[in-house]
Amino acid sequence: MNDQGYWSIFLNAALINNFVLAYFLGICPFFGVSAKLETAVRMSGAVGFVMLVASVCAFGINLVLEAINAPYLRIISYILVISSTVQLVEMLMRKLSPPTFRALGIFLPLITTNCAILGLALFQTNKGYGFTQAIVYALGAGAGFALALVLMAGVREKLDLADVPELFKGTAAALVVAGILSMGFMGFAGLGR
Amino acid sequence: MALRQVSPTDEFIKGLWRDNPVFIQVLGMCPALAVSNTAINALAMGLATTFVLLMAGLSVSLLRNFIPREARIVSYICIIATFVTCVDYAIMAISIELHRALGAFIALIVVNCLILGRAEAFASKHKPGRAMLDALGMGVGFTVALFFIGVLREVLGSGTLFGVDLFPDGFQTWTVMVLPSGGFFAMAMWLLVVNWIRQREADAEKRANERAGEVAS
Repeated sequence: MNDQGYWSIFLNAALINNFVLAYFLGICPFFGVSAKLETAVRMSGAVGFVMLVASVCAFGINLVLEAINAPYLRIISYILVISSTVQLVEMLMRKLSPPTFRALGIFLPLITTNCAILGLALFQTNKGYGFTQAIVYALGAGAGFALALVLMAGVREKLDLADVPELFKGTAAALVVAGILSMGFMGFAGLGR
Repeated sequence: MALRQVSPTDEFIKGLWRDNPVFIQVLGMCPALAVSNTAINALAMGLATTFVLLMAGLSVSLLRNFIPREARIVSYICIIATFVTCVDYAIMAISIELHRALGAFIALIVVNCLILGRAEAFASKHKPGRAMLDALGMGVGFTVALFFIGVLREVLGSGTLFGVDLFPDGFQTWTVMVLPSGGFFAMAMWLLVVNWIRQREADAEKRANERAGEVAS
């Protein structure tokens, strides 16, 4: 069991050890959907929601796996539960909000192969968080992901107007921006223990 | 694949350069950036990924006629997760130190888009031999790319290569290169190099075509 306070868990996941900029988790959607601000906001909403559900699922699975003493099933059961959750979200979204579904369309299945989600489940298990702690951790990670994605999208929208050298265009420029953002986030390191 | 015959060597070579997973397709970036702070970590990660790619490619290709279309992604993920679990425990048995350095990122090979991508796009449509060749090429391409990033980060960031000091005492290490932001910068630098080479290739080809056109006319 881990006795870290809720506020410290939240700040830790959102800022100090930001999933995208410090752990490099969820880089694919980070570069894929960060070209436009609006898509970025929607994507981070979806990821945040899936993270929350995945965290709750992971907590339950872990209890079962520990009860039957089968930790080697952890990776496979996590990924299966998470991908079915994503399917569920996809169906719900198609039903409830077709425009959002169209906008995110191809990215929703990709959340399954989003390392941020599985990473969250694994980290929370490794750190031995309790139930509420796990939820706070997921919320923090989701907030951190959203923050990074939205910041990045804002910069990239401006970058479109700038005169970028031919060789730098596209991924290389995005990578440099991400690197500078990541340096900025290092400033938060003083916040935590 | 009746339209275009691809020789076995091409199947292998394409992963190294033309379709390099990291530098050209920009797939599997998470591990490429996260564990490339030293050359040895990068190499270990690359080899682990190659193994999973190879085994997953083989299994998916062998089972391609048995897996129903609707359930294919889930089946692929199950296959991949099984091999990743093997690799995870194998690395723990070989070197606990390496296992600690790579941390959760070994488990995260499961969600490396590269592996699922190759299973879906290639292995599910080709014979086992071809699938293995393709997987091997992609794996080697991935490992080489990771190794390049790792070398750049370790040499500049710690002034060492495989833990051996490279520079005289006066060398000021670029600490930023071993920090997370260094991963982004190192990757951007290699992308620039790759883009530059590709552009030169394209220019040369264009000039050659123009010359051929002049001769023909």
